[in-house]
Amino acid sequence: MTDPTATEQRVSPLHRIHTAAGASFTDFAGWQMPVRYSSELAEHHAVREAAALFDLSHMSEILVLGPEAPDALDYALAGNLSSMAVGQAKYSLLLARSGGILDDVVVYRTGEDRYLVVANASNRDTVTAELLDRCSPFECEVQDESDDIALVALQGPRALEILREVPGVSADGLDELGYYRCVAGEFGDHALLTARTGYTGENGFELYLAPEAAPALWEAIVETGAGSGLVTAGLASRDTLRLEAGMPLYGHELGPHILPVQAGLGRVVDLAKEGDFVGRAAIELGPDEGARVLVGLESGGRRAGRAGYAVYAGEDNDPVGEVTSGALSPTLGHPIAMAYVDLEFCEPGTELFLDVRGTRVPASVVPLPFYKREA
Amino acid sequence: MADTTALRYTEQHEWVLVEGEIATIGITAYAADKLGDVVFVDLPAEGATVAQGKVVGEIESTKSVGEVFAPLDGTVTEANQAVLDAPELVNSDPFGEGWLLKVRFESLPTLLSFDEYSALVGE
Repeated sequence: MTDPTATEQRVSPLHRIHTAAGASFTDFAGWQMPVRYSSELAEHHAVREAAALFDLSHMSEILVLGPEAPDALDYALAGNLSSMAVGQAKYSLLLARSGGILDDVVVYRTGEDRYLVVANASNRDTVTAELLDRCSPFECEVQDESDDIALVALQGPRALEILREVPGVSADGLDELGYYRCVAGEFGDHALLTARTGYTGENGFELYLAPEAAPALWEAIVETGAGSGLVTAGLASRDTLRLEAGMPLYGHELGPHILPVQAGLGRVVDLAKEGDFVGRAAIELGPDEGARVLVGLESGGRRAGRAGYAVYAGEDNDPVGEVTSGALSPTLGHPIAMAYVDLEFCEPGTELFLDVRGTRVPASVVPLPFYKREA
Repeated sequence: MADTTALRYTEQHEWVLVEGEIATIGITAYAADKLGDVVFVDLPAEGATVAQGKVVGEIESTKSVGEVFAPLDGTVTEANQAVLDAPELVNSDPFGEGWLLKVRFESLPTLLSFDEYSALVGE
């Protein structure tokens, strides 16, 4: 019998650098990626206080190009992509016909007839297949470029001052580049897409370029940032950072049985856009009665609620919800969690209990995000 | 830090230092590294009875929760207050200041040698 988990492990174009730096690795969607270099707490704090560099080369990049690419994406995704300006980025969702979430993506409009769709590594095949299918009636091409694009993220309050000084990086208007904007430029002889996007709740940049150029860019950023407190960071800190920032993660807060409105992502679906899009009818119908909604939970002590833990109201033995992600917040110093709960328990201030391995720990519903950077 | 070659080990990644009738117990550097930054440790109080192979405590990192198994039968004579107060000691000095429990035991079960444990974790 063929074991699908025994397939070849993929490694990033930066793997050799990570190994030399003493990184610990984790399997993530079939990729061996750095989970931490030294301490995930130190890496987390570096992003909040200075800057850190992440290798995200496992992410999937899919190009949609052609004269009807804007219309194709309006049909394929939940948002209004045709209204984006060139140089704009947008968070969007790939919905099933049922309205459930097949993946969350960031879409960059890199030309009038050119979009870059960045999807989760675990959903590469699904997103590519769905885009190919959904875009086929339109005059456009869908190309899975994941193997030919590396991605590194420079995140933190000092990201701009570091990136500005990295030798070989050219990005017009970098200092004025707005949040969720991107600009095409170069790193040496290679094309470089510089985007002010990220998944940490902090200011920063995501940098897309050819895999063969990624090691030189990585090393140039590390060297330039050394005097500014920059560290290299792994996926462990990325997870606690995104959790503090209230950002959902596919497979935890998002999935095919979750409608956007349940995840607090109703605003991502543009029902006002013209024409049909996949999932529209189901979204207009709304979720089933009794569908749970995503909330933030804060608790005391140091024991965190974690994915799969039950949420209770009072002494009752029927759970009213379930945790999807949780950790002791490195920035806030107390446990935080995201959980789906019955609608009647979603108001901030509601007192609930987390079942932490048999102990009921009081937790309060709070608005998301848990952490917001100062403007 | 203890001489790791002189310690005994379990397959659950605990180490045991035997001095007379007292066993000092901790988790190995390998286990601490796999857990990541430890942020919370829960241990039984002095006087608690522990049984070999049974869960006696928990170690939480930012990422996950690990269980501590008793490597032998006995009675807890001390839980390391320093680790309860500063769980990061488990990462910074797993074979020394990061010890977890001292247990008075009556008989010593067969445990892994340094070489056997090293082979187990492939190091």
